[in-house]
Amino acid sequence: MISYIFWFLSFTAVFSALATILSKNPVHSVLYIIVTFFSIAGHYFLLNAQFLAAVHIIVYAGAIMVLFLYVIMMLNLNRLEKEKTQNWMKLLSVVSAGLLMLVMVSAVGRASLMAGAGQPDETMGLTQALGQVLYRDYLLPFELSSILFLSAMVGAVYLSKKEPTTPPL
Amino acid sequence: MGTHTELIPGITVEHYLWLSVALFCLGVFGILFRRNAIIMFMCVELMLNAVNLMLVAFSRYYGQTDAQVFVFFIMVVAAAEVAVGLAILMMLYRNMHTTDTDVLNKLKW
Repeated sequence: MISYIFWFLSFTAVFSALATILSKNPVHSVLYIIVTFFSIAGHYFLLNAQFLAAVHIIVYAGAIMVLFLYVIMMLNLNRLEKEKTQNWMKLLSVVSAGLLMLVMVSAVGRASLMAGAGQPDETMGLTQALGQVLYRDYLLPFELSSILFLSAMVGAVYLSKKEPTTPPL
Repeated sequence: MGTHTELIPGITVEHYLWLSVALFCLGVFGILFRRNAIIMFMCVELMLNAVNLMLVAFSRYYGQTDAQVFVFFIMVVAAAEVAVGLAILMMLYRNMHTTDTDVLNKLKW
């Protein structure tokens, strides 16, 4: 029963990722990639990582994709001019992505995994266990990431400031 | 592929490996295929998510919580990247009136 949920979520993720790439309208791309993110969150639930699933939905579907949608609508890109990609470029992209896929599939197919932990700990992905690891073992990276956010915020504000002296290129 | 690698009934860690390989390659394909910088950004997010999924699967496989903390930090970096990247795109659009990466080639060569 639970393996059917896995297959359903996997096919949803792969097909909506493909639809993201192939759809002409960027707004449709954003909506399809939100479907992908929700199915990945479903995978996190299946793997018993509830905290990550919640954070994934909040951060990706709630913040990042809203930012994308906001920029697309602000720049009015939803009636996009046609991309002038030549056909040989498209063919080359298909071929090179296929070659990468081939390399990865053969590498993964030959990989021999070490034995796992056996019966997994069910409380591992819960907020309490994750919070203890985060605040005990990874306290310094956690604090450094706040500095990263601060610098990203300063950079974003500085970059999107209007500069009236610059002539249009 | 034995039963000792099962994460949830009927699904082994290899299944998750194949899924994240597929998603990662789709992200690479999208970056090569599309010329719109916003779609290319979304494909970068897709690749980051493929890696996150693999980390979570291995975290359950080995019974280690640390990988889930790494996923948390990857999400942090992704959020910062999107904030700065979309600001750069806004500025580019304001100056060049396009997000097509075939036009934005001043730094090429």
